[in-house]
Amino acid sequence: MSFRQARHEEPLTFEMAYCEVGESMPVPDGLLPANLVRKDVPCIPKLSEREMVRHFTALSQMNYGVDSGFYPLGSCTMKYGPKINEELASLPKAADIHPLQPEETVQGTLQILYELQNMLATITGMDAVSLQPAAGAQGEFTGLLIARAFHEKNGEERTEVVLPDTSHGTNPASAVMAGFNVVTIPSKDGRVDLDALSAAVSEKTAAFMLTNPNTLGIFESQVLEIAKIMHDAGALLYYDGANVNAIMGKTTPGKMEFDIVHLNLHKTFSTPHGGGGPGSGPVCVKERFAGFLPVPVVAKKGEGYSLNYDIPDSIGKVHGFYGNWGVMLRAYAYILMNGRDGLTEAAERAVLNSNYLKKLVERFLVVPYSGLRKHEFVASGSSLKEKGVRTMDVAKRLIDYGFHPPTVYFPLLIEEALMIEPTETEVKYTLDKFAEALASIVKESPEILHNAPQNASVKRVNETEAAKKLILTYRDYLEDIE
Amino acid sequence: MLNDKDVKEMLAALDIDSVERLFDDIPESVRANLDGLQEGMSELQVRRHVESILAKNRDPRDTASFLGAGAYDFYVPAAVRAVMSRSEFLTSYTPYQSELSQGLLHALFEYQSMMAELTSMEVVNNSIYDYATALGEAILMAARLTKGTVFLIPEAMSRSKLSVIENYCRGAGIQLRRYKFDRTSGCADLESMKNQITDEIIGAYVETPNLFGVLETQLDDIRGLLDSKIFVAGVNALSLGIVRPPGDYDADIVITEGQIFGNPVNFGGPHLGVLACKKKFVRKMPGRVIGMTTDADGNRAFCMTLMTREQHIRREKATSNICTNEALTAIATASYLALTGGGDLRKLAISIAEKSRRLAKRLDELSGCKAPMFDGAHFSEFVVTLPKDASSIASQMLEKGVIPGVPLSHLIKGMENELLISVTDKTTLDDADSLVLTLQEVIQ
Repeated sequence: MSFRQARHEEPLTFEMAYCEVGESMPVPDGLLPANLVRKDVPCIPKLSEREMVRHFTALSQMNYGVDSGFYPLGSCTMKYGPKINEELASLPKAADIHPLQPEETVQGTLQILYELQNMLATITGMDAVSLQPAAGAQGEFTGLLIARAFHEKNGEERTEVVLPDTSHGTNPASAVMAGFNVVTIPSKDGRVDLDALSAAVSEKTAAFMLTNPNTLGIFESQVLEIAKIMHDAGALLYYDGANVNAIMGKTTPGKMEFDIVHLNLHKTFSTPHGGGGPGSGPVCVKERFAGFLPVPVVAKKGEGYSLNYDIPDSIGKVHGFYGNWGVMLRAYAYILMNGRDGLTEAAERAVLNSNYLKKLVERFLVVPYSGLRKHEFVASGSSLKEKGVRTMDVAKRLIDYGFHPPTVYFPLLIEEALMIEPTETEVKYTLDKFAEALASIVKESPEILHNAPQNASVKRVNETEAAKKLILTYRDYLEDIE
Repeated sequence: MLNDKDVKEMLAALDIDSVERLFDDIPESVRANLDGLQEGMSELQVRRHVESILAKNRDPRDTASFLGAGAYDFYVPAAVRAVMSRSEFLTSYTPYQSELSQGLLHALFEYQSMMAELTSMEVVNNSIYDYATALGEAILMAARLTKGTVFLIPEAMSRSKLSVIENYCRGAGIQLRRYKFDRTSGCADLESMKNQITDEIIGAYVETPNLFGVLETQLDDIRGLLDSKIFVAGVNALSLGIVRPPGDYDADIVITEGQIFGNPVNFGGPHLGVLACKKKFVRKMPGRVIGMTTDADGNRAFCMTLMTREQHIRREKATSNICTNEALTAIATASYLALTGGGDLRKLAISIAEKSRRLAKRLDELSGCKAPMFDGAHFSEFVVTLPKDASSIASQMLEKGVIPGVPLSHLIKGMENELLISVTDKTTLDDADSLVLTLQEVIQ
C-alpha cells in the first residue's frame, strides 16, 4: 500500500487576496445610464499568474483521474484517452471557429462532422445521426422527444415509457422531462422479465428503454423477442448507449432492432470526462425517424458540406448551437486511429478484462447471477454487513490502496452493490493488484474500514453535515463562522 | 484477435480457449461487424489527416470577424490553458468519491463562489450545457416554484434559443407567450408584459443585453410587475463588470454563458451554462452543487450536496435528468476569474463597451447606415441597419476577407437589413478599419 495523495492545506482564492473596492474604479461617465451602473467591483480576488497556477496545480494534485490510476467506475467507461486528441481539439482551426461563421469558412469542421455521423451510423447499425445532444442524458431526452413526435404524427397519444429496474437514473428522469409517465418493471435472473414486459406494455406505451448489455453487465440475449413485443404493440425500442463499449464489432443496436439510440462519446470513444463534463450524446435512428432529428444535420452538397435545416418533422433544437464539437473531434480522431479492428479489439479486451476480474472477485465477494458478463459486473458487499461493514466502507478503503472506487449502491436491485467496469485500457497486472486489494480489504477489521480513507487528501467527508449546513459559497462560509 | 501473453493467461484463468467464447451469449441472429469502417491509422497519420481537413476552416487569424450572438471569441490566457490541461482534472469524472476528488470539488466551490459574487446571487450550480439549455432548465425550475402554466419570454429571441426552450417546456406542458419590445429603445415593452400577467403566469424571462445588444433599463419596474412571480434574468457575464448585477434587482433565477471567461468559442460547444438562484429555491434547482463541510478529523472538506434532487438518486422525481455537465469549462472559468479578479474584469468590461461604442459611431457615419439601430444602452454588441439586404452584404464582405457580423434575419424574422455586430478583446483597430472600409466599398 504505497498510495499517498497530496494533502495541501490549500486556501480558497478568497483567502489568498483582497477584493478591490468600487470607488477606486468608477465606470466612465456617460458609458451607461446611471441606473444601470454597477457600483461595487465584483468581489473576486485577483491572483498573480504564478499564484493562480500554483493554486490550481496544488488542487489538481488533490484530484484523481484516469491518468492517475485505475478508475473502474461502473457504467462510466473510464478508459484512457489518447493525448493526440487533446492536441487536435486545441488547434486554432478547431477551437477558435465561431458557430455562426458562413458555411464556406467551416468546411473542414463540417466534413469531420459529416464523416463522424456516418461512422456512428455504422457502429450503431442505424441510418441517420444527430450530433447535437451535449451529453448522454440529453441524448435520451432528444430520443424520447423524437419518439413523442413520431407517435403524435401518427395520431397516437402514447403517454408511458417502460423501463427495467436496472436502468440508469437518467432514463426515468429523461422520460419525465419529455412528458412521459414512467412504468418500471422488475428484472428476472438479471435480465428483462418478458412476462412483466408484456404485461406492462399497452396502447399507451411510447417506448421501452433498454441498455444492452444491461447495468449488471449481462447481455439481454432475448432482445429480438423484446423488440417484437414492443413493435407488435406499436411502441418503440430505445437503446441507452452507455454500454456500447462491450459490443462494438459483435452486434449493433440496429441489428438488435432498436429504433432510437444514443451514444456517449465521452465513454465509448475515449474523450476525457473533465471532472463531470463536457460530454456528447449523439442520437442515431432508423430511417423512419430521420425526419424527426434535431436541426441542423450535416449534409453533403456537391463537393462541399452544409448544415441542413430542411428536415420536415424535426423536433427543433436541443442546444444553442450544434452540441459539443470539441468532444466530437476527439471521438472522430479516436475512431480513425482504432479503425474497425481496433474498436472490435477494444470491446473484446474490455469484456475479457471484466470477466477475468469478476473471476478474481468471486473468490471473496458474491457476484449475483451466474454466467458471462460483458464490459462490467456487479458484486455485492452484503456478506460484510454482519461484521458491520458497508459497501461504502469498502469503497473508501480502496482509495487507500490507490484505486478509484467502483460505482456503489447501483443498480438498486443488488444489495450493497459494487459496480465494476475495468475497460480495455487496463493490463492484467492492474486487475490483479486491484483484486488483491479488494481481497485484503474484505478481511480487514471493521475499525480500519470505518476509518478509511487514511491516504487521501482528507479523511472521510461528512456529507450529512454538508447537506445540513449548506455552505455553497465563500459568502455562506463567512456567515457560518460568524 | 487479441493474443498477447496477458490475454492467454486471462483466458486460461477463465478456462476458455478464445476471447470469442465471451460473446457466446450474443445470438447469431443479431451479430454484426464493423466492416463499414476503415482500418486504423497511426497517430501521425491521424494528425496529418485531421490537420489537412481542418485547414479548410478559416479562423479569426485569416479573417476579421465580428460574430457574437451568444459565442464570444475572447482571448484565453496561456495560464488558463495550462490549468485545463492538468490531467488530474481533465481525466477525472463527477466527484462521487469526495475524498479522492478534493481538488476538483474545491475548484468548483470557488467557481460557485465567484459566479455568485459576479451575479450577486446566493447559489450557483456547477453547470448546464450552455446558455440556451440553462434557460430551458431555468423555466422548468420556475414552474416547480409556482402553480402557473404559462411563461413569458421576449419577442426578441433567436430561433435557436426559442426552439431549445420549446423542447424543454414541451414535456412539462408549459406554454410560452411573448411580450413585445419597444421599437425605439429596443428594451422590453412593459405594457405588453403587464397585459399578459395573469394568475396562470409562472414568471418572465428578461434578457439584458438582449438579442439586439440592448441593456434593459426597466429592471426594477419589471420586478414590481412580476410581484411574487418568478423573475428569470439572462445576462452577459462580462457585462457584470460594469452593469448592475441581477441580485441587485432581486431576480429569482439567473442564467448566463460562462464560455466568455477562459473558454474558446469551439464552434458552439463545449460552452458553459451558468444557473444561479436565491438560496430559498436551491432544493428545486437542477444540476450539481458543491458544499463545504469537514472530514473525520474536523478539517475543511468539500463534497457534492443536495444529491437527493438528482437523477442518480431520485430517478423520475429528480429536478432534472442532467448528469454529465460542463465541469471542466467551469474550472477554466474559475481560473480565468482568479487571474482577472473583479478589478481587471471591470477594466475589461469598460474597454469592450468603449470599443463597441466607437465602432458603432464609425458605422453610423457611413451613408445609409444607422448604428446602433436602437437608442437604448449597449454593452459589447449592437445592431446596424444597412441600406440593403444584410445577408448579401455579408457575403460580399466575406469575399474581401471580413465577416462583418450576424445578419439578424438568420436569427429572427423581419429584419432583413440588420446586422448584429460584436467586439471582443481580440478585435484590433485594424479589424475595425477593415470592417468600416469594406462595408463602405460594398454599399457604394
